[in-house]
Amino acid sequence: MGMIRFIFDGGREMFSGSRDYWLWLLALAAVIAWGAFRYYEQLTNGLVVTGMSDQVSWGFYIANFAFLVGIAAAAVLLVIPAYIFHRQDIKDVVLVGEGMAVAAVMMAIMFVVVDLGRPDRLWHMIPFIGRFNWPTSLLAWDVVVLSGYFVLNLLIPFYLLYNRYRGKESNFRLYFPFVVLAMFWAISIHTVTAFLFSANPARPFWHTALLGPRFIASAFASGPALIILTLQVIKKVANYEVSRSVIDTLALIMTIAMQINLFFVGAELFTDFYNEGTHAASIHYLFLGLDGYNSLQPWIWFALSLNVIALVILMINPLRANIRYLNIACVLAFVGIWIEKGMGLVIPGFVPTPLGEIFEYVPTSVELSVAAGIWAFGVLVFTLLAKAVIAIEQGKLRHPAGQQSYSS
Amino acid sequence: MSDDREIKDAPNKFDKARRNFLRGISVGAAASLAQPAWGGQTFSDAFADFFQNHYQKMSADEIDAALERIERKAQIRYGVDINCENTPPQENVVFGYAINISRCQGYRDCVQACVKENNLGRDSQVQYIRVLEMDQGVTNLEHSEHYYDPAEVPVEGKYYLPVQCMQCDDPPCVKACPVEATWMEPDGIVVVDYDWCIGCRYCMTACPYWARHFNWTEPEIPAEELNTDTHYLGNRPRPRGVVEKCHFCIQRTRKGRQPACMEACPTGARIFGNLLDPDSEIRYVLANKQVFRLKEDLGTEPKFWYFSD
Repeated sequence: MGMIRFIFDGGREMFSGSRDYWLWLLALAAVIAWGAFRYYEQLTNGLVVTGMSDQVSWGFYIANFAFLVGIAAAAVLLVIPAYIFHRQDIKDVVLVGEGMAVAAVMMAIMFVVVDLGRPDRLWHMIPFIGRFNWPTSLLAWDVVVLSGYFVLNLLIPFYLLYNRYRGKESNFRLYFPFVVLAMFWAISIHTVTAFLFSANPARPFWHTALLGPRFIASAFASGPALIILTLQVIKKVANYEVSRSVIDTLALIMTIAMQINLFFVGAELFTDFYNEGTHAASIHYLFLGLDGYNSLQPWIWFALSLNVIALVILMINPLRANIRYLNIACVLAFVGIWIEKGMGLVIPGFVPTPLGEIFEYVPTSVELSVAAGIWAFGVLVFTLLAKAVIAIEQGKLRHPAGQQSYSS
Repeated sequence: MSDDREIKDAPNKFDKARRNFLRGISVGAAASLAQPAWGGQTFSDAFADFFQNHYQKMSADEIDAALERIERKAQIRYGVDINCENTPPQENVVFGYAINISRCQGYRDCVQACVKENNLGRDSQVQYIRVLEMDQGVTNLEHSEHYYDPAEVPVEGKYYLPVQCMQCDDPPCVKACPVEATWMEPDGIVVVDYDWCIGCRYCMTACPYWARHFNWTEPEIPAEELNTDTHYLGNRPRPRGVVEKCHFCIQRTRKGRQPACMEACPTGARIFGNLLDPDSEIRYVLANKQVFRLKEDLGTEPKFWYFSD
């Protein structure tokens, strides 16, 4: 009975708040509704309403998918210091980070689903009922690791919050194995997503062993950037104590990850351009254009500039210590990596085609609207989860029978 | 090789017509009413389609029912009686293809014949074969011309390289598919179950030959141009949102006929046959000509060779 009450109380907390809170929820709902409306257009007409083609057969949806798996994986950067090094300041916010992972995984899965030509046949993927090409297909692997990560990131916080709600101490020995599992799992989701691309000799641009490490490095830069910004918002709107030391730790991780990420980008550029063979055509298209086609060129240079400026700010100690400059760096890094490993990674893999045809891709308003709807959905899920988590963490939300004082 | 289609299929067609006439009495009225609501099908057909199992997991009866649904759907959509079959692979046959690039003149007759034979979407302009115009002495595909359109072919200083599905013996597309909707048949043809494909297009990403095509929209074919001799794994009308590809004209070749592209080629550049038959022409080519395969270094083992005189 306690669990039902816990879920009920949590749900009620999610949907009670100030006028501003409700306006925020409504605004998100409006964007979701718009995205759903445009998705209906796609369902009725087919994927022809997107900018994709036989030449560039994946686009904006899969670009967002690749990026969001990284955001989901980055929650591990809070999980490790909280549960392994027992940093109390980070323990206070780790559940918020796991809520972000849940929202990001949901968005990633939704971006794959809206990319499907036949979403009505999704059940074909269910093992035993359908036919699941595991362990051969990397896409099957991605389904396994993403759903597993989703469950882990729901399960652990659920257990911790339920106990806190009841005023009981959580059993560290019980949940710690799952925490360890979740840590390895976080790395696996992004590695598998990188392998999804790098497994294709048909696409030389992706067919590099560096892709997996590059994905992890960029995730560990973009993820903390988002967490740093989000924690400050939460601190402000929910009066939730976020220790400055948390932000400093994340900023340091972000600095190192961005250094590694840019080093990897440089290594790719050197290898492809020093002795430029045919396998370098895609990277040439991305950075310099090919045969007069260069729609991605401004974007990748813009993204690289953002990343470099962010890194400069992060590497100068007084600037990084200044919250205003740190926030600027976070925004730049987030946007920069979103472009670099979203559109900047997925699209050039298809240009030129394996038969040497150059065909450019530009997302349509349907794709942009559906994507906006999915992002709004993710933000909504995170908002609701964070609302309940914070209420329980602050002790506002308690089971009536468990009102004894709680010591953490 | 003579075209024996008319003689062979005449009784079959008559039988089909009778069956469809009888069926029409019961289904006709419901079908015309239900058409808009269930994607051009009756409710019961749409229901059965939704729960239809993977091709390889269906019983013989289930496959027969699926074939009849395909025929009914075509009747409603095009007003044409099609014959959808499930001809099994022949024993001891693995198909292979070879193209004599010194004979190919770039006429693209193969492309047109393929479009007609395989009921390819006319508005979507899907084509299984792409003939590349290349400069003499150049093999780099990035310098190929896909949309060559001179007043007359062949153009001086150019050669022509037709590319289609290579029916790889180690097909990366099959490995990629998350739901096993594509696989290699015992006769070596890589096929797609259009009723099982979820449309994720990962196979298109994996294919090094750009041989796979997606139905971004409902493929439109003029009813009078519909080829009514179809195969479940081949040229039957395809739904929107799924991937398709060259299947060596499975509806013809499993009955001992030539693929449409070979039949259409006016220069005799195309040679198709059974790789397991030591007396076949394709085996002669492999044994006596200097053959090469495209992107052999990727290890996909294409069953598609090129040679020159």
